[in-house]
Amino acid sequence: MSERRAAAPPGGPILDLPVAARAAPAGLARAAPLLRVAEREARVWARFWHTALLTGVLMPLLFLGAMGVGLGGLVDENQGTVEGVSYLVFVAPGILAATALQAASGNSLWPVMAGIKWVRSFHAAAATPVSPGQVYGGYLAWIATRQVLNATLFVTIAALLGAVPSAWGVLAIPAAALGGLAFAAPLTAYSAGRDSDLSFPVIMRIAVMPMFLFSGTFFPVDRLPDWLEPLARLTPLWHAVELCRGATTGSLSPTAAAGHTAYLAAVVALGCWWGVRTFRSKLAA
Amino acid sequence: MSTVVALVGTRRIGRVVERNARAYLRMWPAFVSGFAEPFFYLFSIGIGVGALVGQLPGPHGPVDYDQFVAPAMLATAAMNGCVFDTTFNFFFKYKYAKTYDGMLATPLGIDDIVRGELTWALLRGIVHSGVFLVTMWAMGLTPSAWAVLALPAAGLIGFGFSGAGLGLTTFMRSWLDFDYVQLAIVPLFLFSATFFPLSQYPDALGWVVRLTPLYQGVAIERALVLGDPSPGLLVHAAYLVAMGWFGLRVAGHRLGRMLQP
Repeated sequence: MSERRAAAPPGGPILDLPVAARAAPAGLARAAPLLRVAEREARVWARFWHTALLTGVLMPLLFLGAMGVGLGGLVDENQGTVEGVSYLVFVAPGILAATALQAASGNSLWPVMAGIKWVRSFHAAAATPVSPGQVYGGYLAWIATRQVLNATLFVTIAALLGAVPSAWGVLAIPAAALGGLAFAAPLTAYSAGRDSDLSFPVIMRIAVMPMFLFSGTFFPVDRLPDWLEPLARLTPLWHAVELCRGATTGSLSPTAAAGHTAYLAAVVALGCWWGVRTFRSKLAA
Repeated sequence: MSTVVALVGTRRIGRVVERNARAYLRMWPAFVSGFAEPFFYLFSIGIGVGALVGQLPGPHGPVDYDQFVAPAMLATAAMNGCVFDTTFNFFFKYKYAKTYDGMLATPLGIDDIVRGELTWALLRGIVHSGVFLVTMWAMGLTPSAWAVLALPAAGLIGFGFSGAGLGLTTFMRSWLDFDYVQLAIVPLFLFSATFFPLSQYPDALGWVVRLTPLYQGVAIERALVLGDPSPGLLVHAAYLVAMGWFGLRVAGHRLGRMLQP
């Protein structure tokens, strides 16, 4: 990599772009190497899209059927509504945001270790004019694309089941994707820096699973024990759930929505900073 | 003479179990954190959502929702405890790590290997559900003394799912096929009368659920924990034994063909 930098014209701000792109320093050309990385992931995905979609969309729908319809029947019989809506309407956005978290963690742990250590496809990408930061950015862009795809399908089907009473529900799609990125950005950075995958199952069980179950997904956080509630409100998932639920029920005030969005965006930004640093140190050799 | 053969056979199975135990000592965090999942579900759905659900009809009058969910999580713990070792791990060992080729170079045979793997997974399922059962008892979720039998019942569940896992894994072609493991486990976990009773289903769907494997385990554990044993439980037990035995036969047969052509 250092040789390539040395070969680039001195003083140019676009050291890591391919020769052809140097002629056209416009916005899209700057982004092009990043898109190449995303394209690689998309091409791999295209071979297995059916199983990927099956797990990405069918799993949340199974949860929606079991919790929203089956368990929801018991809740509605017992006390009518939760926070003013039926349990199905309450739980659908929770499942949407929580599944985005699970999908993001699935994409950000083992596949990242594979890219850096086992298959070394990230090293392959970094051996071209793509910079380590762009490898990270491209991978993240691909995760975001999948999040949007999964969320769109889920929201559509949930709406058909009557779980999305408000037209604002469309905004639950970017909200879920933003929530997913708030995990994918820091987790990808973390995984890239590890030497083995020994800690990954522990993260799934001790961090991802409790967040999945206790961040206002299946029941309101004010029902948690007093010492646990503030902790739940700190998790990115709680903010994502509030955003998604506010959208599908159309009940969130613009200020609250802006607050949740800012929190999630800040987590994404921090994750990106960490990710670029880690990818640079891991891939620059 | 046959007793001697059986004893030697048992010792060989013990070697396979010992190998797994030693391998696991190195990655104990993964092993220990495996206990957490049923607890989290018990606290979240059983207690958190349970407050919204109230009481459900039980064998001796209404029961709280967490009492209804806890035995189902016990059955799930037994299933989860053995699924990983008999699917992902089993596949990795025979296809990539070549662990069994190494074992076959010793006096161990194919039958010792599959029985050893089954015993190991079964033990792990029992440990998982044992820890969970003790916690249930400490939380006052075991109203009946019949709950003592819930642990051997967890062994039956472990046997059924270990055998099935080993058998089905021999049909896997690549890691991608393991998405099907998730696709099987998650619906079983969600729909085996775990979180809501059969009465919530339309009749036809209720009968489909009655035929699925985890439902057998949930039915046994719930009857024992809530103190409502009946001879009908033997049918559920027979289902699990048959599933485990059949899976073990298939696994032995197919693994033999793959490793000893």
